Amino acid sequence: MAIQPDLSFAPRVAELSHQPVQRCYYCLRCSAGCPAAPFMEYTPAQILRLVQLGQKETLLRSSAIWLCIGCETCGTRCPNEIHAGAVIDALRQMAVAEGVPVGERTVFQLHRAFLDSIRTWGRLHELTMLMQYKLTSRDLFSDLDMGLDMFRKGKIHPWPKRIKGMAQVKGLFEVTGERQTG
Amino acid sequence: MEHRYAFYPGCTLHSTGVEFGVSTELVCRALGLELVEIPDWNCCGASSAHSLNDRLFLALPARNLAKAQEVGPDDLAIPCAACYSRLAAADLALRQDDAFRAEMEATLGFEYQGRVRPRNLLDIVANDFSREQLAARVKKPLNGLKVVSYYGCLLIRPPRYTGRWDDPEHPQSMDHLLGVLGAEAVPWSYGVDCCGGSLTLNRSDVVVHLVDRLVRAAHEAGAEALVTACPMCMANVDGRQKYRGGAPLPRKPRPDYEPLPIFYFTELMALAYDLPVGKVLGRHLVDPRPLLRQRGIVL
Repeated sequence: MAIQPDLSFAPRVAELSHQPVQRCYYCLRCSAGCPAAPFMEYTPAQILRLVQLGQKETLLRSSAIWLCIGCETCGTRCPNEIHAGAVIDALRQMAVAEGVPVGERTVFQLHRAFLDSIRTWGRLHELTMLMQYKLTSRDLFSDLDMGLDMFRKGKIHPWPKRIKGMAQVKGLFEVTGERQTG
Repeated sequence: MEHRYAFYPGCTLHSTGVEFGVSTELVCRALGLELVEIPDWNCCGASSAHSLNDRLFLALPARNLAKAQEVGPDDLAIPCAACYSRLAAADLALRQDDAFRAEMEATLGFEYQGRVRPRNLLDIVANDFSREQLAARVKKPLNGLKVVSYYGCLLIRPPRYTGRWDDPEHPQSMDHLLGVLGAEAVPWSYGVDCCGGSLTLNRSDVVVHLVDRLVRAAHEAGAEALVTACPMCMANVDGRQKYRGGAPLPRKPRPDYEPLPIFYFTELMALAYDLPVGKVLGRHLVDPRPLLRQRGIVL
């Protein structure tokens, strides 16, 4: 089967991420230091190469783009000053904007629950955030042991508190085009 | 000499990182370092904002910078490594991107003055105080307690946000500080390796793998404990040793597992300065108190 490259993809990713993706000459320093690389089907260098080759569908459907932890090792070590983390952020956002099935559902749902917590309270409230995450991911039973221990040690508060400046926080969600869940 | 700083605690210092919050307050008071909390601050967006929306990633911390301008002191002390990185990123964007600055000024009703400087608490303690000033308050030296300094990721990277207050590949500020306290910071190769950050709940297998590697490397280096400056690192390296995720049954520890207590650098400062920090040490998931007693460090 012939592979059809999307030639507008690399310039689009460069624009969204503000990163000079065409500069990558595949030295692999990013991937050698990447803590998530063993779990990714494409390493950071391969992701950059697939961007250069216009392989949009492959990347937007990948699990790898959701496994980047954002630790900035790649960007700090790149001799061409490409921050692969920023490129991957742009790919995630393209995947969500285009409605592509998300490669790592639970990762996406945790981020969603986290942002919804900020949208509701202005700060993170762990307990309600976790409840939303557990319900949407249907991963109900993992980590109850750790959660109970943290609760017992007073590290998870039962009741959320709302900050006063919620109008401003909502304003920030609006001007940045962050949509409501559901 | 008076030290006044604006202060952004961030969400975790009141919850999962409560030990960091308590020990930060104790140590800052002892050093004569006054923290003026910025009013009505909001969450910085952590790992989730930049993962889903790179504009929200800068906008959420921008509000905190606007609030910090109201407070007074120019230097803004931020204990959490992730919060620090997000506020530094937003400040850089406000400085360099005219359209973004105009949008934030209109949305938040403020005028960006560019005088607030987001700084990590470790940078402040290690660089605004002399070795003598830090040593003068030591009442109970840590008796050569062998530790590894764990810098992790966003505390010292990327340099465009940190401005290189420490080397991104071979940082030393925590090692020097621990030496002043009487501990021995042993060399190891994992000081700037990431713990897995935000994947802790949704891909706990990745974090368990990374944490196992860190704990094993620390033991191999001859360390009795690991020292961090980040509440995410604490939650992961402390929590995932013991609670390993995985449903329906938790993952088993590896056969040669030995517990490795984790400390915030501020907790070790509080112990060496003889401040009442013993109570919060019991809130760690891997209890560090048996090690301290064994090493003759009285709580």
